[in-house]
Amino acid sequence: MAAENVKVFTDSNFDEEIKNGVTLVDFWAEWCGPCRRLAPAVDAIATEYNGRATVAKMNVDENPNVPGRFMIRGIPTLLIFKNGQLADQIVGLVPKEEIMKKLDQQL
Amino acid sequence: MADRKVIIIGSGPAGLTAALYTARANLKPLLVEGIEAGGQLMLTTMVENWPGFRDGIMGPDLMTEMRVQAERFGTEVVNGNVERVDLRSRPFSLAFADGKTMTTDALIIATGASARWLEIGCDRKLSGHGVSTCATCDGYFFRGKPIAVVGGGDSAMEEAIYLTRFASKVTVVHRRDSLRASKIMQDKAFANPKIEFIWDSEIADINDVKRGEVTGIVVRNLRTSKLTEVPLDGVFIAIGHTPNTALFRGQLELDEAGYILTHHGSKTSCPGVFAAGDVQDHVYRQAITAAGSGCMAAIDAERYIDGLPIPDETTDNAECFVAPPNNELFKP
Repeated sequence: MAAENVKVFTDSNFDEEIKNGVTLVDFWAEWCGPCRRLAPAVDAIATEYNGRATVAKMNVDENPNVPGRFMIRGIPTLLIFKNGQLADQIVGLVPKEEIMKKLDQQL
Repeated sequence: MADRKVIIIGSGPAGLTAALYTARANLKPLLVEGIEAGGQLMLTTMVENWPGFRDGIMGPDLMTEMRVQAERFGTEVVNGNVERVDLRSRPFSLAFADGKTMTTDALIIATGASARWLEIGCDRKLSGHGVSTCATCDGYFFRGKPIAVVGGGDSAMEEAIYLTRFASKVTVVHRRDSLRASKIMQDKAFANPKIEFIWDSEIADINDVKRGEVTGIVVRNLRTSKLTEVPLDGVFIAIGHTPNTALFRGQLELDEAGYILTHHGSKTSCPGVFAAGDVQDHVYRQAITAAGSGCMAAIDAERYIDGLPIPDETTDNAECFVAPPNNELFKP
């Protein structure tokens, strides 16, 4: 379930995908109400930042390893990576503008 | 002329009921959802005290129904976020996070309340890494693990009971020696073999901020001041809510806890501004009372709009100024 311009990351392709540039990863699950509320903002950001940053979703139900590695114990959580390194994180529901601000800081 | 006759901020039961009524009164309301769209019921599971559903209804389903019903009669729902309001000029103006502004003759505030944190520093630092205010969101991460729930009200018991689906053990930490929760919720919690209680105690500290995960809590007994460490993997905070009124500070009368003061139904200190739901109610705080007060606000707003003089141009609204409470000179 991902909009256009939104990639789907899995435990197996995650490390390869975040290697280059700035990447925003949205950790979510089907049963998480706040995740559903955040989704439109993430989708819109993917379109607005197309070509400048990668935007991806990662389902925590299907991919336990990466969330475990970053000690994610709550969703929605957004992680921002720059050239493979964790650069920033956002926990819980926030306005779209706040995500964009944090993303801009890495660009 | 104002862009709108009525704008409603907030999309919980209060906001959506106000939308339903103002839409049916042909006022073409605009409803601004806010970040926590759907309100607190979006984070609950089965709602068993909403009349008309003998077998209960899931909170998120109830909110979807309310929204669709409000839209059916002409409510326009936008998912923006209001960043500033100016109640000192007529019509009122609202500035959105994306930079847009809008004016309205009447304003209904139904921004609700958000979960309170412990405010001991470490709880926010570990948010998303073991400390949570939403059991239905984050319970999943604690399968087979021991966790704590802080609080003694209905919400705390609901969370504790819900979390026993995942956790190996749920320890309820409560400041008193008895629960504030309703009898039926108490009975359910006491009967659950996975739930244990630590009475007369508060959380003094949560370990381990350095490691970025929860490894245990330090509990302070309020009678003996004794500190005890309890190893566990997660902490769920259910100690009540704070009203979302930061937007209105200095423009509306609030009580000491920050709730909007209403009088004669849903009227606030500023004519033309009405408040409904948890943002003005720290006593009942039920979905049904929120919906009821949303209906009152809609009817009050409709009457207010009917009585407005023919609009010409923007006028001053000197009444809608309230000095901060620490300034005695300006106290009404």
